[in-house]
Amino acid sequence: MGNFQIFKFSNYMLSIKNLQARIEEKEILKGINLDIKPGEVHAIMGPNGSGKSTLASVLAGRSDYEVTGGEVEFNGKDLLEMSPEDRSREGLFLAFQYPVEIPGVSTTNFIKTAVNEIRKYRGEEPMDAVEFLKRMKEKMKLVEIDQSLLSRSLNEGFSGGEKKRNEIFQMAMLEPSMSILDETDSGLDIDALRIVAEGVNKLRNGKRSFLVITHYQRLLEYIVPDYVHVLYKGRIVKSGGKELALELEEKGYDFIKEELGESVEA
Amino acid sequence: MRAKKSKMSDLKELIQNKFNNEPFSGNGALQALSQQGIQLFKELGIPTVKHEEWKYTRISAVLNKDFSYAAETTAVSKADVDAFRLPGYETANELVFVNGIYHAELSTIRSSADELVVLPLSEAVKGEYKSIIDNNLGHSASYHTDGINAMNNAFAYQGLFMAVKKNKAVKHPLYCYYINDARAVSVLSQPRTLMHVGVNAEVYLVEEEITLGASDSFINRISEIVVEENANVHIYKIQNEDSHSSCVKTTHVRQLGVSKVNSVTLTLNGGVIRNNLNFILEAPGCESNMYGLYCVKGETHVDNHTIVDNMMPHSLSNELYKGIIDENATGVFNGKIFVRKDAQKTNAYQSNKNILLSDTAGINTKPQLEIFADDVKCSHGCTIGRLDEEPLFYLKARGIGDKEAKALLLHAFAGEILEKIELEPIRAYADAIISERLGFEI
Repeated sequence: MGNFQIFKFSNYMLSIKNLQARIEEKEILKGINLDIKPGEVHAIMGPNGSGKSTLASVLAGRSDYEVTGGEVEFNGKDLLEMSPEDRSREGLFLAFQYPVEIPGVSTTNFIKTAVNEIRKYRGEEPMDAVEFLKRMKEKMKLVEIDQSLLSRSLNEGFSGGEKKRNEIFQMAMLEPSMSILDETDSGLDIDALRIVAEGVNKLRNGKRSFLVITHYQRLLEYIVPDYVHVLYKGRIVKSGGKELALELEEKGYDFIKEELGESVEA
Repeated sequence: MRAKKSKMSDLKELIQNKFNNEPFSGNGALQALSQQGIQLFKELGIPTVKHEEWKYTRISAVLNKDFSYAAETTAVSKADVDAFRLPGYETANELVFVNGIYHAELSTIRSSADELVVLPLSEAVKGEYKSIIDNNLGHSASYHTDGINAMNNAFAYQGLFMAVKKNKAVKHPLYCYYINDARAVSVLSQPRTLMHVGVNAEVYLVEEEITLGASDSFINRISEIVVEENANVHIYKIQNEDSHSSCVKTTHVRQLGVSKVNSVTLTLNGGVIRNNLNFILEAPGCESNMYGLYCVKGETHVDNHTIVDNMMPHSLSNELYKGIIDENATGVFNGKIFVRKDAQKTNAYQSNKNILLSDTAGINTKPQLEIFADDVKCSHGCTIGRLDEEPLFYLKARGIGDKEAKALLLHAFAGEILEKIELEPIRAYADAIISERLGFEI
């Protein structure tokens, strides 16, 4: 506890101030500002290479990225000071764009370990087997995931849709206060997209917040955001309501480029 | 240097004296192998690191000690055996070897004689098994031209013969305990077995070395196994001893008919451990699966030398050895595959994967393919590294701490080999040891 940095009291779940990050020598995030209140759903859209996934990775604590400036406050705590596991234990969840296949680790055992590690961090007893199974069953229904899938090795040989549903299933099991969905819609057919979106919607309870990162407007028809932000060249260049997503869909990202042509340096 | 030399000559003397004091009275194959063994041992001596097959394993340093090469001792009691019996022993045949010699009173044979025959080689050679013994005993010698193999051959006549009768699936697995009683003195022993698995037969073999006491122990063991048509053989070897226990184990399998053999070699702890595993595929359509796991730390040195000799067409050999090496432990993997001229349509796969957990851990890995046929599928590969970052991050992103995440991944890495063990009590036993080692709990 050597860090006595005091954050101003805020009623934000997540507050990002002037966040800058790079990978190796390449600057990717060039000053992100974003505030998310409890219960809100924010969407981040942007063309390829704008820094969307980098933002998700930096928030989750991936070590490939170096934060070069700015601060992030999560539930009143300094997020950037925390290890990836502590971020998760504090209630942050990242649904991976590319969920990792881990042969030899059964999905069930993995989730049980995760649930209990988080409980341990909060000073709670491990979840008893009956309660765990009950919660599993309940959440499996939520994302229409099958028991046989969960007894297999984590994500191994899962289809793209199964992997994404498994991410949402894990999210449901861990009940995070802040969830980041990194292009969860990529590679999904319309049925899988609907299942994933419904899973997310059922977790919305006025307290949990979501940051939905996507390239396409399609997902936002199912998960209706309160705010939409456009990320371009490492900055949020435009924010608005859900109608902004429709506008982007209609006009394409070029309209952003045109609109901001002068103000965004090449 | 001078001291070392005198110790080595001590060992030569030890072997020669024993040979003179315990002469073999018979003749035939046993006698010939014995004579040939002692001659070759005198010529070759103990291999140094100049010997290509012993380059990374300094076996002379292990043998540079005051060993006693005792005859069978009766000091080992039933209670001693009880202390290390492997799980599932209640339904197993238990074969106990004390200082290299089969000990009938301490052993329990549950299978009936029409399924399983257990006889000293010197007796078996006088009866119906003569031709089997004549044709197979010492077959491994042509694959190992060194003094270690030769010095066991010199005393092969003190070994044990086992036969699994044709058309019999032996229900009770064979648990073989090779005990060195090093409570009073340092002990060198040389167990020798020949097993014949008949047509349509099936057998499970579990082998473990055990040292009693704190003195040095060295076991130089050769097990030759002859597999007839349609037979199924499962061989599981476990090494989990203290650092003063070293051994060279040679398992030499001849598949004479179309047959299937699965082998799992586990090295969990010990001094210097050399596992030789040879598969000679002499019939078309054989299948051989060779799995190995070494999970070692401290100063343990583990050396897996494997040979697959494909002599006839349409065979499949599949080899996967994995290592988790920590602290100052070191490993060697040397996998040779021969595909002879007649062995067309051979499929031979080999893979060796290693995870090094410390900066001072080491591995030397060397695949060798010698292919003389032109229509074959062979592959080999090896990896040496640390744990992958991606899975580690994925687990941490779910709240699992660094230590637990690593344990989970290492356990999964080892699990791929453990799951090849089809005897559940043995698999669970090995899993428990490895889980504890890796700090893995579920």
